[in-house]
Amino acid sequence: MLILPTDQGFNHPLGSEITPREVYAGRRDMLRLMAGGAAGAALAGWAARDAWAQSVRPHKLAALPGVKSAVAGAVVMDKLTDYKDASSYNNFYEFGTDKGDPVKNAHTLKTTPWTVEIEGLVKKPGKYTLEDLVKLSAQEERVYRLRCVEGWSMVIPWVGYSLSELIKRVEPLGSAKYVEFLTLADPKTMPFVGSAVLDWPYAEGLRMDEAMHPLTLLSFGMYGEVLPKQNGAPVRLVVPWKYGFKSAKSIVKIRFTEKQPATAWNKAARQEYGFYSNVNPNVDHPRWSQATERRIGEDGLFAKKRKTLMFNGYEAQVGQLYAGMDLKANY
Amino acid sequence: MRKLLMHPLAKPVVFVLCLLPFVWLFYGAATNNLGANPAEYLIRSTGDWTLRFLCIVLAVTPLRVMTSTPQLARLRRMLGLFVYFYVVLHLLSYSWFDMGFDVPDIAKDIAKRPFILVGFSAFVLLTPLAATSFNRAIKALGGKRWQLLHRLVYPIAGLGLLHFFWMRAGKNNFGEVAVYAAIVVLLLGWRVAHFLKKNRLKPSKLADT
Repeated sequence: MLILPTDQGFNHPLGSEITPREVYAGRRDMLRLMAGGAAGAALAGWAARDAWAQSVRPHKLAALPGVKSAVAGAVVMDKLTDYKDASSYNNFYEFGTDKGDPVKNAHTLKTTPWTVEIEGLVKKPGKYTLEDLVKLSAQEERVYRLRCVEGWSMVIPWVGYSLSELIKRVEPLGSAKYVEFLTLADPKTMPFVGSAVLDWPYAEGLRMDEAMHPLTLLSFGMYGEVLPKQNGAPVRLVVPWKYGFKSAKSIVKIRFTEKQPATAWNKAARQEYGFYSNVNPNVDHPRWSQATERRIGEDGLFAKKRKTLMFNGYEAQVGQLYAGMDLKANY
Repeated sequence: MRKLLMHPLAKPVVFVLCLLPFVWLFYGAATNNLGANPAEYLIRSTGDWTLRFLCIVLAVTPLRVMTSTPQLARLRRMLGLFVYFYVVLHLLSYSWFDMGFDVPDIAKDIAKRPFILVGFSAFVLLTPLAATSFNRAIKALGGKRWQLLHRLVYPIAGLGLLHFFWMRAGKNNFGEVAVYAAIVVLLLGWRVAHFLKKNRLKPSKLADT
């Protein structure tokens, strides 16, 4: 056996030999710049590949690259959840109530052709094809924490752009105070649509300022690829500071309203799921504590659960939206 | 069938069968084969198995009477103890995987959340039944009192169902709850019907003599 002396420079490089942080961090900035098109169209594709290479592609579905987002708070440093867990442990009641059901049943969902209808209090209502929507703004990669109301969490690299990009395009009227999102409800391809668990179609909603917040993401992909069907293909919402059920999947209609829309879980259990449903460790669910959470795939069976963060850790970005509001009453 | 039940191997075979869910869960946990959230899987599965064994043990007497198979009674104590075995695993899974064995936290949680309180009450009520399952306890208590004590299993079944119902209530997901409730209602209903029938027969018998 070869035993190396521990004082050898080979094992312990001198401080001067280590690449300074600024230099290697600068390389990423450079790549981002290039991906943004500054280095010419030919190079952009190659550079973009590298910019989003931080989330390793699972090579299951079509690629959907996104440039690293510049939005504040859009890329958390937490360890990514395994694609396998993120795509096999889902709540998507149109395909069954068990979290293992969607991955088994969602293959019947037909995602092409797909249109999203914009209606209600906007100057420019209309139907958008998925192709139009995908191209409407530059796709960005955003690494968000996802906190389920059930007490577990994941960290997922989504691909999409701020919903505000679309909202600005359709020009809401001054009377539009809320945005409602409706999920497809097709009993032929979604076996559990029609079950008594929820009112169909699945409806969710946001206040206009929440919908306009840059962190509110209209997502088309995850892990550098298009969304798997069980995760809400082909287009879904991701609102990282709210419990997961607020992020409607497989959206077919976005409606601008004056009154607060009725939302699916609120209708099903008013006292358990409020309209806001912001992640809040201080307001417990009537049947369990929300103070802690289990990070899927990371916190071992015997590890103590980790503390849940106010607004899921996005307080700096979204806290001011709720200034002066009683968050216990508006759960 | 009756002969099989009296076979010296009958009890060991049933014992091993009853242990299979535990072995399967233990193996799944050890090989990390319980899906993305093994803690949740273990807590729910041990709860499911508690309810299943409760239904099985409640089925012994109706089956014994209806099929005139008194030999079935030999298995009742063991099946009852397996209810306790799985409820202890259920409570341990919750305390350990969900609460990290933080006893003050667990106490607070039990007091705060009605559905946990109901489940915990069922466990507390089951404990004296498990503790008095050996022959000397039966003798010490006397058959009548022992039987009275063990009738606690009926309210326990109700509490167990309520616990399960409450847990699923938030998701309006009552399919499975309804299946267990139907089984329990059927098994307890049979007892009521059987009791009424016996009582009706008695006075008429007296009148004959």
